[in-house]
Amino acid sequence: MRTGFGLESRQLTEALPSARLSALQAAWVIARRDFLAILFSRAFFFFLLGPLFPLAVGALAGSVGSKVERTVQTNVVAVAMAPGDNDRMVEAANAIGPRLADAIPNFSPVPEGDPRAILAEQGKGYAAVVTGTPASPQLTGPRGELDRWSGAVGLVAAQAAGSAEVAFAPVAIAVVQQSTAAARTDRIRTAQAGQLLLFLLTMLLAGMVLSNLVEEKANKIIEVLAAAIPMDAVFMGKLFAMLGVSFVGIAVWGAGAGLFALANGEVLASLPAPAVGWPAFIALGIAYFAMAYLLLGALFLSIGALATTVREVQTLSMPVTMLQLVVFFIAAYALTAPGSWFEIGALAFPLSGPFAMLARAALAEPLWPHALALAWQGLWVVVFTRAGAALFKRRVMKSGKAGARAGAKCFRFFHTKTQRG
Amino acid sequence: MLSPSFTAKPYRAPMLTEPMPTMRDSNPIPLASRPLAIEARGLVKRFDKTLAVDGIDISVPEGAIYGILGPNGAGKTTTLRMLLGIIDPDEGVRRVFGHDRPHEIARLIGYLPEERGLYPSMKCDEAIAFLGALRGRPLAEGRARGRELLGKHGMGHAGDRQIRQLSKGMAQTVQLLGTLVHRPRLVVLDEPFSGLDAINQGKLELLIRDLAAEGATVIFSTHVIHHAERLCDEVAIIAGGRVPYAGSVDVARDRIPAQVRLETARADGRWRAALPGDARHDARDSGSHFWYFPLPESGTEALLRALIEGEAGVLSLSIERAGLHDAFVAIAGEAAARALEENKDEARR
Repeated sequence: MRTGFGLESRQLTEALPSARLSALQAAWVIARRDFLAILFSRAFFFFLLGPLFPLAVGALAGSVGSKVERTVQTNVVAVAMAPGDNDRMVEAANAIGPRLADAIPNFSPVPEGDPRAILAEQGKGYAAVVTGTPASPQLTGPRGELDRWSGAVGLVAAQAAGSAEVAFAPVAIAVVQQSTAAARTDRIRTAQAGQLLLFLLTMLLAGMVLSNLVEEKANKIIEVLAAAIPMDAVFMGKLFAMLGVSFVGIAVWGAGAGLFALANGEVLASLPAPAVGWPAFIALGIAYFAMAYLLLGALFLSIGALATTVREVQTLSMPVTMLQLVVFFIAAYALTAPGSWFEIGALAFPLSGPFAMLARAALAEPLWPHALALAWQGLWVVVFTRAGAALFKRRVMKSGKAGARAGAKCFRFFHTKTQRG
Repeated sequence: MLSPSFTAKPYRAPMLTEPMPTMRDSNPIPLASRPLAIEARGLVKRFDKTLAVDGIDISVPEGAIYGILGPNGAGKTTTLRMLLGIIDPDEGVRRVFGHDRPHEIARLIGYLPEERGLYPSMKCDEAIAFLGALRGRPLAEGRARGRELLGKHGMGHAGDRQIRQLSKGMAQTVQLLGTLVHRPRLVVLDEPFSGLDAINQGKLELLIRDLAAEGATVIFSTHVIHHAERLCDEVAIIAGGRVPYAGSVDVARDRIPAQVRLETARADGRWRAALPGDARHDARDSGSHFWYFPLPESGTEALLRALIEGEAGVLSLSIERAGLHDAFVAIAGEAAARALEENKDEARR
């Protein structure tokens, strides 16, 4: 009889030493496909343009705001003196103005006349009107404007009348980026900026992993992948493809921001240098971004594994987004309690670790804790990915409606909670 | 648009009288003596509280065309997924070419799932190459072989077209070619005939025979019995998560006694005693009478003698051997009824 288990079957692979791809090779096949597919998709192009929209809206809002501000609070003062006096007042203002920045109003010469009528002219919006002569100027306007400009007008009039030549003593300038006494306090700003940037990038990019897996399930190709290679490799490949895509996005945005900074002066100079120095801080920022992204991506992949429709994904991902916010707040709060158990907890907890450790890089010099933290977080990436893959195998790869039922059950749980909440 | 074709050979529907070409024609070793490509013992799989598969045993000889038959929801797909390592059984063991973990020999296996799926934006040759890459074939090599396969199967013009531009049948063909691009030794097809028109079903049958003739083991699931009857060396009938029958198609058919179809001029006489008590009677307007009953164990000679001596006025008599369909209905129906009874008993307890 042929059914003696294992006795008559033969191991065909004895003659074929490489009868399967290694986990890394399999992950590479998935990563390469996903990376190229996303990179050359129209969606990615629009994704790259994504940050331009808030910037454009911000610029537009700023421009509108400043226009509104200009309309509300003008710094134009009309000069309604004799023509020669008008010219002298403008010349004097031009001579003093550059040295006193915004302290001197803009003088707009107008023909002599009733100051009240000049103030009432539609569309001009003068703050006040100067009449009389440079030797004896009279300022007319609302109380607030008079308090604001009377000193400056007096100074300009004195210069115009030639009665008191304004002289500026030469001042030697020495620029420093920060005071050593307040170094830690200032570095907290750098730490906060680093955490915020890390948070925004992970928020922006982690969702891509989710939509990618949902698309995969919609295409029904996931079973082909699961049959050919281990699910861990599928998950790992997807995560690294998305990480690669994220780096491309960050590189493009970084290059854009760099060009902008070059055109508009130094940006980093406005932030105090981190304790580990800028090059190490940037390198650690990239490493912690990768860890935060992989950890969150693994979590999102697990959610994607549970969900069967985009709607379910949206519902299920909401608690994770909330968790993301909580994690960010934990890391941000840990900054205020250096050396406390709370900070240690934030550093050790895998999801908040990257944020907390980046802040630490801004505040403390030693580099070895970062090597330890990256290894610890890397371990959790593996744990999360394997758990997600196992969940996927257990919950989704079911025949018939059983798999859908599992996802639907989970969906209903969160849906009910969110409806109640 | 031209229909997709699985082979460049012109399709000719086989005559019912001609023997089906099987591996027995090209492989001199009888199936019973060949090593096993797949062995499974006592496979059990539960999904939550549902027992999807309840102790399945399967033995598939190398080079055989093996059918997994069963009604919808019987556990065919779950069984195939367990055999391929996509899901793990809760109990039992399975071996593919002697390996407990089928992923270890992924290069030897090709799998077409029931729910077909490809990346819509991929070009056809890239899709085939990608499926090959998953099984260890280098991409460039896979692309070249993909173009070769597409050309060979009447889709040479479609290599540069995206999957989303293809008809459902053509996309299915591309996926099937992707399943075969790495020249697997074991080809597993889950409901391969579903979604195909009659012409392409015939072409797929030919392709399956070609694969077996080249030495590959082909295992496919179906709930359409005539494909299995025409193709398979052996079948396993799955019903209620169990395998009530596994073996050759001939033995399955022999489980149902042959049916006698008798036409007589008279309705009654001494000869009626020779007919089984449950023989079905059908009187025709023409005056003749038809009788249907299982072939008696005593054989046809005794029956004929009794009919002639009893002056039944025999007009015609034919003996019809049961088809796999009848055997399937009988075996699967009985198993499903038994499973239902067991479930009721369990519920009562």
